[in-house]
Amino acid sequence: MKKSLFTLEHARQLTEDTYELVLSGDTSAITAPGQFVNIELPGKFLRRPISICNWTEDALMLLVKVVGEGTKELVRCVPGTELDVLSGLGNGFDMSLAGEHPILAGGGIGIAPLYGLARRMLERGQNPTIALGFRTGKDAFYLEEFAALGCRLLIATEDGSMGVKGFVTDCIKAVPECDYVLSCGPLPMLKAVHSLPQLKGGQFSFEARMGCGFGACMGCTVPIKDGYKRVCKDGPILYKEEIVW
Amino acid sequence: MVNLAVNLAGVELKNPIIPASGTFGYGREYAELYDLNILGSFSWKGTTGEARLGNPQPRIAEMTGGMLNAVGLQNPGIDAVITNEVPNIAKIFQGPVIANVGGFSLEEYAENCRKLNDVEQVKILEVNISCPNVHAGGKNFGCDPKAAAEVTKAVKAATSKPVFMKLTPNVTDIAEIAKACEDAGADGVCLINTLLGMRIDLKSRKPVIANRTGGVSGPAVFPVALRMVWDVYEAVKIPIIGCGGVSSAEDAIEMMLAGAAAVEVGAANLKDPYACKTIVENLPGVCEKLGVTDISELTGGAHHG
Repeated sequence: MKKSLFTLEHARQLTEDTYELVLSGDTSAITAPGQFVNIELPGKFLRRPISICNWTEDALMLLVKVVGEGTKELVRCVPGTELDVLSGLGNGFDMSLAGEHPILAGGGIGIAPLYGLARRMLERGQNPTIALGFRTGKDAFYLEEFAALGCRLLIATEDGSMGVKGFVTDCIKAVPECDYVLSCGPLPMLKAVHSLPQLKGGQFSFEARMGCGFGACMGCTVPIKDGYKRVCKDGPILYKEEIVW
Repeated sequence: MVNLAVNLAGVELKNPIIPASGTFGYGREYAELYDLNILGSFSWKGTTGEARLGNPQPRIAEMTGGMLNAVGLQNPGIDAVITNEVPNIAKIFQGPVIANVGGFSLEEYAENCRKLNDVEQVKILEVNISCPNVHAGGKNFGCDPKAAAEVTKAVKAATSKPVFMKLTPNVTDIAEIAKACEDAGADGVCLINTLLGMRIDLKSRKPVIANRTGGVSGPAVFPVALRMVWDVYEAVKIPIIGCGGVSSAEDAIEMMLAGAAAVEVGAANLKDPYACKTIVENLPGVCEKLGVTDISELTGGAHHG
């Protein structure tokens, strides 16, 4: 973990409530896709944990959905704004466990970490299939960026206005040869993905209201099969076999 | 040179800054960030007899000037702490440790403290009497002077280490509780624990925190804590650890002027993991500006004249 200042370079509105933010700063503490940053915001006491979409040596890319006062404040920042950031938090996905043909399954804003994950898997010679679910086509975002990766890309919307009508689980069922999933999205989606019989293993990214974001306050702990885990420090990635719903 | 050393019931601290219980775990996470030996002490996570999984999620909520939490005393239990955490603490911090101890009955408090008798590095017991008294229908021990005195006596009989009772602010007269603890033999008091509060989500019309209520902490509670430290200083002679909303070296000094012999820093650690380090580093400079050469002279300084 590192505490340092990042500068907002660029903000782009992707949908009615979703934004892409590009920040510059020292990303050396980030070691794996699926980690997150915890951002201090003007006027807010608690930092806001945001999943890392992608990063380079000196740039950090975040996808942010406005869900409350904190995220509203974050997307309102203008380029040039300096933000105090704790970076490199959480365990991140373990790509070495995913095999050659895993499926990356994301729902809504949960697709964010899957982009950086897919890029790094391709670099490692893995060939992931990507399944993204949205409520409607109007809510979909980052499709061009995902498509540009060249992976097999499957889309589901609840109303059928884009891709297949249904859920991201329907996309996964359409590729029965994929038996390992790396997933991020709302809890009901994670639960539905987790229950698919075709999956022999998988990693699931959880979210939680956090106090500190670095394992000290026990504000975000969840029960697992053999005790409990702190979503911020032991997670946010939990493994299929340990999850308790 | 400013002398930052303070004395808590015979225990010498190199400076008055102590990370507060519940915001510092057992030191592990912060030891990855800085050398904990710059601290006066640290108060470990409230530890009970049995392991506790704590409350359901969500446990945390934002508020203007602070936060609410309802973690629910999640901890691995006293035996696991002695086996797994104490040896690690010895590696990451060589100063005096404050052991925060919880309990749900007089016997449990006494037993937990007794188990720490042989833990050399624990120099002070900080007894959290904000836990519900299972024998008295769930009322907090710390809300009743008689119950607070009973816990103090039970603990004092079980240990020879200095005992500091950690008081809840959710009472009409905290000075009365502090006095009852002093009369029962407490070596000191620590105040305040969090203030009971709640938030409601406008869309779901339900409390934000699953436990419904949570403890308020952060800069917003600082004046409340300060006033209570003031009141308790007027009522007792035993040393006071001031706690509540301290976020800067200036806050720490203000707390000492109100009557604190040492100062705990809580929620500030969660916002800025380096908060205690920064406060310790800033203390000498702030003291020098104020013409203070010995920080312990500040204790109760606002009461005189």
